[in-house]
Amino acid sequence: MLEKHKKLERNSMLLLIFTVIAVSIGGIIEILPLFRMQTTIEPVKGVRPYTPLELMGQEIYIREGCNTCHSQQIRPLRDEQQRYGHYSLAAESMYDHPFVWGSKRTGPDLARVGGKYSDEWHVAHLKNPRAVVPESIMPSYAFLAEKPYGDWRIKKRLKVLQSLGVPYTQAMIDEAQNDYEAQANPNALIDPSGLQERYGDKVAVRDFDGNPDEITEMDALIAYLQKLGTDVDFSTYDPDYALKPKTGAAK
Amino acid sequence: MSDAPEPHRDIDAHSGVETTGHEWDGLKELNNPAPRWWLIVWMLTIVWAIGYWVVYPSWPTLSGHTKGIAGWTQYDKLKHEQAEITQRQSGWLGKFHKASFAEIKQDPVLFEFARAGGEVVFKENCAACHGAGGEGRRGYPNLNDDDWLFGGTAEDIYNTINVGSHSTHPNTHAVAMPAFGAVMGREGMLTPAQIDDVATYVSYLRQPVASAAFTRGQAVFQQNCVSCHGEGGIGNRQMGAPRLNDAIWLYGGDKATLVQTITKGRAGVMPSWQSRMSDDSRRQVAIYVHSLGGGE
Repeated sequence: MLEKHKKLERNSMLLLIFTVIAVSIGGIIEILPLFRMQTTIEPVKGVRPYTPLELMGQEIYIREGCNTCHSQQIRPLRDEQQRYGHYSLAAESMYDHPFVWGSKRTGPDLARVGGKYSDEWHVAHLKNPRAVVPESIMPSYAFLAEKPYGDWRIKKRLKVLQSLGVPYTQAMIDEAQNDYEAQANPNALIDPSGLQERYGDKVAVRDFDGNPDEITEMDALIAYLQKLGTDVDFSTYDPDYALKPKTGAAK
Repeated sequence: MSDAPEPHRDIDAHSGVETTGHEWDGLKELNNPAPRWWLIVWMLTIVWAIGYWVVYPSWPTLSGHTKGIAGWTQYDKLKHEQAEITQRQSGWLGKFHKASFAEIKQDPVLFEFARAGGEVVFKENCAACHGAGGEGRRGYPNLNDDDWLFGGTAEDIYNTINVGSHSTHPNTHAVAMPAFGAVMGREGMLTPAQIDDVATYVSYLRQPVASAAFTRGQAVFQQNCVSCHGEGGIGNRQMGAPRLNDAIWLYGGDKATLVQTITKGRAGVMPSWQSRMSDDSRRQVAIYVHSLGGGE
């Protein structure tokens, strides 16, 4: 066998053909299962797509590179569960495009940070992390509070995500701009009931950054952070559900 | 390609090993075969991999993945590890679980168990707002003193941990300090002059002084503030209305801050921890906070 290899090495055309075959096998094995990815996502209740405001928050999260220092993925290890809560489910990040699981924890994991702190705390912390966590080495993001939202092309973003499989309805896309403003500005004239009708009652509608006069990037980021990990009600979550015989209604 | 002649075999003169025929500036590459031991280890790893595929979950399939004959999953592993630690703690935890706060206080060893556990939970979950030692900061109450918004018995503290303040819990402490000034184009309940007076009154509640503003402020206070903050600003724990006749301030007792508080209102948020941690953890934290110094 090793003698034949010599022949391969001395004939460039033959080498090329066999290289292509070898690489294709590896590629096919890695790529094919991705087309059946839904089989790896456990069915759970409660996971919803991001509202426009939260989506913009995620956009800022990615722009500022939060995911380079904060993971969003609680592994099924005892100590992680003790500290951060129930391990992350695949379904919880199924609407993230791109996903922001991260791979490094300079700061703590944020997969379940939603509801852990008050909005006020987040504002204080983002403006000056040392003010609330003395040992923190996180940089200041005070400028977010100064930056009003610009032309985010929200509708287009929702449309793109829809084409990637996120179940945004046409109404969600049409009303995206309204929903965006309604969520962060409850004192304004926009009625948030439409937003909650489309995304569920659990959607938090309030002035996240403590500045009711305008919607800033701070509003969006905090709305996003406060949503993280809050979709699934783990008091009713059954991890073995996926293994049980499915009824017709389950999807 | 024309018929290739028999490849030229080039034997290295020094070692007697065949070269690959490649030459770089007079340097030639010997064509040594891989050592036998290396080859054997390599083949063994392939055999090992096949065994691994059989025993453990490995290959993706169209409807999921192969489960492996051992039926191993990360989730089962976690379950077992958790069960083991629960088992190890069960002696103390079982006792703790059944005991009332009063009984725990009577038993020094059980109390120490609860306090130590509570401290760990506090550091991870509460210290971000209330400070590493429960010292609090502006807007977040100090937990070392005896000035309690919602009561300072272990039961009261436990309840506050459960329901939070202005949280998503259905029974949350939810009475907010209203905005008495003009906000968002709405007419204020008090005029700026009245707010100024009542701020003066409140800032001097601790050591009353006779002044015109103080007297005017007192009248405003009687009409607007006593229903929550009580006669003379003694506070009301039912409402979570802070005591105002002491030197402990949540947002600040200087006049400028008082004016701001009265004008714009306050509604401090504390999350509900009921769904975030186990009942034992919440009870332990309550005991820890109660033990910090101000517990009643």
